[in-house]
Amino acid sequence: MTRENSVLKRNKKMKNNPVISVKNLVKKFGSFTANENLNFEVYEGEIFGFLGANGAGKTTAIRILTGLSELTSGEVTVAGFNAKKQPEQIKKNIGYMCQKFSLYEDMTVKENIILYGGIYGMRMKLIRERMHSLLERLNFEEYRDSLIADLPLGLKQKLAFSVAILHEPRIVFLDEPTSGVDPVTRRQFWEMIYETADRGITVFVTTHYMEEAEYCDRVSIMSEGKIVALDTPAELKKQYQVGSMDEVFIKIARPGIN
Amino acid sequence: MFILFGIPAAQILLFGFVISNDLKNARISFLDLSKDEITRKISDKICSSGFFMRGEDLTSYTEINKTLRGTKTKVVIIFEKDFGRNLLREGNAVLSIIADGSEPNMATLATNYLTAIINGFNSELAQASPGKIFLVQPEVRMFYNPSLESQYMFVPGVITLIMILICALMTSITITREKEFGTMEVLLVSPLKPVQIILGKVLPYFILSFVDVIMIVLLSWIVFDLPVKGSLILLLAESMLYILLSLSLGILISTVAKTMQQAIFISLVGMMLPTILLSGFIIPIENMPDIYGWISAILPPRYFIVIIKNIMIKGTGFLYVWKETLVLLIFTMVFIGLAIRNFKVRLQ
Amino acid sequence: MKKIIEASGINKFFGAKQALKNISFSVNEGEMFGFIGPDGAGKTTLFRIITTLLLPDEGEMKVMGLNCLTDYKELRRNIGYMPGRFSLYQDLSVEENLNFYATVFGTTVKENYDLIYDIYSHIEPFKNRLAGKLSGGMKQKLALSCALIHKPALLVLDEPTTGVDAVSRSEFWEMLKKLRQHNITIIASTPYMDEAMRCDRVALIQEGKILTIEQPKKIRAGFSKKLFRVKASQKYKLINALKSYQGINTAFPFGDSVHITFKENEFNDSIYEHLKKMGITDVNIEETSAGIEDRFLELM
Repeated sequence: MTRENSVLKRNKKMKNNPVISVKNLVKKFGSFTANENLNFEVYEGEIFGFLGANGAGKTTAIRILTGLSELTSGEVTVAGFNAKKQPEQIKKNIGYMCQKFSLYEDMTVKENIILYGGIYGMRMKLIRERMHSLLERLNFEEYRDSLIADLPLGLKQKLAFSVAILHEPRIVFLDEPTSGVDPVTRRQFWEMIYETADRGITVFVTTHYMEEAEYCDRVSIMSEGKIVALDTPAELKKQYQVGSMDEVFIKIARPGIN
Repeated sequence: MFILFGIPAAQILLFGFVISNDLKNARISFLDLSKDEITRKISDKICSSGFFMRGEDLTSYTEINKTLRGTKTKVVIIFEKDFGRNLLREGNAVLSIIADGSEPNMATLATNYLTAIINGFNSELAQASPGKIFLVQPEVRMFYNPSLESQYMFVPGVITLIMILICALMTSITITREKEFGTMEVLLVSPLKPVQIILGKVLPYFILSFVDVIMIVLLSWIVFDLPVKGSLILLLAESMLYILLSLSLGILISTVAKTMQQAIFISLVGMMLPTILLSGFIIPIENMPDIYGWISAILPPRYFIVIIKNIMIKGTGFLYVWKETLVLLIFTMVFIGLAIRNFKVRLQ
Repeated sequence: MKKIIEASGINKFFGAKQALKNISFSVNEGEMFGFIGPDGAGKTTLFRIITTLLLPDEGEMKVMGLNCLTDYKELRRNIGYMPGRFSLYQDLSVEENLNFYATVFGTTVKENYDLIYDIYSHIEPFKNRLAGKLSGGMKQKLALSCALIHKPALLVLDEPTTGVDAVSRSEFWEMLKKLRQHNITIIASTPYMDEAMRCDRVALIQEGKILTIEQPKKIRAGFSKKLFRVKASQKYKLINALKSYQGINTAFPFGDSVHITFKENEFNDSIYEHLKKMGITDVNIEETSAGIEDRFLELM
């Protein structure tokens, strides 16, 4: 079975089960339109890549999806909750890892895990259980009582991700999680993402590294507030007749350039 | 930790000790045109009360203005000619109390205390010679500020306070801002010398602050009826010196502060309280316990308040404020020198 | 060939942490030299030592024959520095920023206009716009123009392409290429491995240490083993399956495929069987040539 077919098959199954549903989303700041008529769906267990240049409107859209910002018009449903009417419910049911800041630098690994577990309403027993398996899986046991500030960046990122999904949400949002991280850690991180998606947790990730777009099941590319491409990486490469996502991006962003 | 616990503690200590409305060692001078036993008794009584300290004796009316214009003597008492004889023969005599009205708080306190002491003397007299009535009547006059307008106290103090806070704030922020935004890195790597960078930052604010001073003086004149009795040019010149001092202080702060927040904290919060309480702005320095008097000595605003009051309210010339001016000059040179020395040519 | 930078045995500590470990390298005149490595590798620290903003704790650094410690004043006149955050005055316009930097370095915009023309012409139509309101790509071009305006002999660019979209990144390196004809030596740091290919020589740096210094082509060629590219529809399953194969040496995900090397350094048919057992039947394996990132992973 080719890759595209397997994805499509899974999509057909999930089509009744979108974790994110966005219809005609518009976000304006005064007279400036940051998001213009966005339409897309994200399905359970998918790794969805959200790409685009700085200023294209990605961050604005993500803030709406995570319940942090109010949309101007349109219908947005995340994890079964309406973004306009139930943003607080959304926040309870998602995980979020923002770029380079998630954990408290002056607290230890253990303290951070307990803190975030508590915030998401997990009971101590459950927190301890998950903490133990998390530390074991990452081979982190020795760092349990280390301050976050003393950890190398790669470890911090991996830990931040684990903490973001500690409460096993339906979907986790990752904002440029591998920015500036060394190549080995980056790959290990993506393996963690794969494993997470395998467990049924949907992963919504933004990244600047076009190569990482290839790890995703589907990607969307935003430009100047609109979605200008939405498909599997393989299909996009075929469509634009190029060999890499980098070239796809260049073709879309500046059609005149070779 | 310091903010949470240190500042309330400091506030209590400062407020508790400093805000006491007790008079202590106020300098008083006597113009005794009578020089008899009664005048001696009265002056001894006043000087041994603990509230007043005897200054030099005056010999003529013309010396009164000169003495009060200075910063030391706060009150002058005039015993008219034949004071004692008038009292015994006619049953009453007039005693003139002339206070330095440029510090209304001090003046009021002093005259109140004096009046009380004199009343005490009156009752002593009455007891010694029952049946007869002897009254020493004090006549109070406030020099420089006849109606004891409080703005005479406030406005100069406010000018002093605001100028140092704003100027120090402005320059301290402007350099730390460059540090925060990263533009300082490139400035450092350029051929510019530290002196050039510092001057480049100070000069525009110097000009702006000067316009500020003119505006403030105008406003106090129009709105508060507070004219400048002395030389306007001298006032502006002294103000320019004070501004330069404040700007230099700001630069010095910026060499120490690592972020804009720190700079703002030190310039505003760190300096505001001591300046308000200890510079002689509200509470006369003589009334404070000695320690605070010492601390006050290293606060530049304390000296400028004296200068500005002298020029604006008492109308004195340079001769009366040269000491304070010299102190300000030294402060300025120290700040600038330290700032240049501290200014790091590298990032570490 | 004249050496513009000569570093030997550079060590730098920040408290207990050692940011640079025994760094030695040299850069020739007119070279385009790249420092490739992730965050925290020590690139910014090293650049700050080169531009005399920091002093090394040990070792010697000579730039343009001058000593970084004692001759920093003269050095600073001949270096163009573009630090990580572009350092532009947000509340000044494009034109004002350029004029400012020209004046500070004792020259005028007119004098070296031809040098920056290719770059500045992109943003000249916006010359009255405040720098704070420019897009990432435009800020980059302005910062570069400001760094070049005094015609420095050495251009130091600290992560000039970070946070900028892929198209602008590509354009930026094109602009740098054009600068070569003016015989300006350029050193640049970047976390993007693909940009290494644009340099004459590259130093791979990780955790304060230089892993290798070489021409990009030779770095790729230096890959010690045969590299194979594996594709299958179920990526996650594939990676796990490959890792569990006995004969596998390394298996790294690389976009839409997995790069593997064998322990015996020879392709072994039994891998197909192993994968089939793990439930992967649609696998496609072919030998491929190593990229810089493969070599970096090998060296780490």
